Amino acid sequence: MTLPELSSDEILRYSRHLILPDVGVEGQRRLKAARVLVVGAGGLGSPLALYLAAAGVGHLGMVDFDAVDLTNLQRQILHGTADVGRPKLASARERLADANPHVQLETYETRLTSANALEILRGYDLVVDGTDNFATRYLVNDACVLLGIPNVYGSIFRFEGQASVFATTEGPCYRCLYREPPPAGLVPSCAEGGVLGVLPGLIGVIQATEAIKLIFGIGQPLIGRLLLVDALGMEFRTVRLRRDPECPACGTREIRELIDYEAFCGVTSESETGDSSVPVVTPLELAARIGRREDFDLIDVREPHEWAIGKLPGARLVPLGTLEEAAVALDPTRPVVVYCRAGIRGAKAVRKLQEHGFNKVANLTGGIIRWSDEVDPTVPKY
Amino acid sequence: MSVTIHLPSVLARLADGNRVLEASGETLGAAVLDVATRFPSLGERLRDQEGNPYPFVNYYLNDEDARFHGGFGASVRDGDEVTVVPAIAGG
Repeated sequence: MTLPELSSDEILRYSRHLILPDVGVEGQRRLKAARVLVVGAGGLGSPLALYLAAAGVGHLGMVDFDAVDLTNLQRQILHGTADVGRPKLASARERLADANPHVQLETYETRLTSANALEILRGYDLVVDGTDNFATRYLVNDACVLLGIPNVYGSIFRFEGQASVFATTEGPCYRCLYREPPPAGLVPSCAEGGVLGVLPGLIGVIQATEAIKLIFGIGQPLIGRLLLVDALGMEFRTVRLRRDPECPACGTREIRELIDYEAFCGVTSESETGDSSVPVVTPLELAARIGRREDFDLIDVREPHEWAIGKLPGARLVPLGTLEEAAVALDPTRPVVVYCRAGIRGAKAVRKLQEHGFNKVANLTGGIIRWSDEVDPTVPKY
Repeated sequence: MSVTIHLPSVLARLADGNRVLEASGETLGAAVLDVATRFPSLGERLRDQEGNPYPFVNYYLNDEDARFHGGFGASVRDGDEVTVVPAIAGG
């Protein structure tokens, strides 16, 4: 392949690369020729896209369907306060074009699905996975394996992260690492479990580093290795991965086309919105019951650090993990209303209490978030 | 045999906040059973009801994927290090 020439502006801009012995003009021209797709313009996608653009990746694609939310800004450094409510790709385009006007940007404002993934990914040299859920991770992996495109993987939760390079000709893929996802709801998302704001910076920059090394063709990429990052202990550990001969994607190759990843990961509307068989009370109904001074127990099933952010009047704290223990001391004949942040843990709490014989128990639908929206905005959302 | 088990922080809270546990057993599965017995809620996250590993929680024995060394049947020696790595998906 003939590599593109660098303009004199580009030569000056990339001079610190050009004087690196292992990179030089040829390495920079490789970057200019490269086509990299970043999936997700969130916590990981923000720093990695900024560094890939700044480094001079010639053609950068980004996929995201979301709009900027105030809670994103603690870590998603592509977006600013003035961007709240705008499509993430709008702020991403502006920020990346400012970082480096030489980069050709292509944005796909859509959810990556089995129907569009192959079409979007085809033609890219590398895919960088900055998604935030298991279904899309398996989708990105399988599409990369089918198309033969390396997948630069990164994932974060709370204070810890993982990174690797999957789907190369010689190395393992994401399914070699985890054959199946955990059941829906077992592993909380960052929205539910929290994440240290700088952590996607650490992991995203590691992904960008791996992508750039692969393009330059230098160093030892994380192929066949999983990097584990612990921000609290500030420890980096690498464990060895192997290609699984029985992997249905890259081993036996029984996955010949993209599947229904939501179904594969057990994601249903039920797990997102709560079990429809659980009795619920709306915020307005609950406010009316409190207003009428009805006699019932109001139980907050969140964690103590969430309780400290804000709570409903008259509530008492019984974190979900201790509920069964506490249920023994409660009167199962009394009416009970439980709530959490968004309603999911509340639904679990209702089911646990029902198992202990409580039959007048209901979940505050939408949790404290909907309470704040519909009843009392002084109770903060988070 | 005494082995050291390293837990991610998300699982450490189920082990009284301990990130590092000492466990005994002749095999990886026996060492995991040892900590599962001491910390039952952690045990539920480490092995399924039949006592088998989950496909979404990996064990690395001295940084090697235990699945390729006999899984829970892999024999362990004094001083071996086990790293537990559950799947995470945040981004």
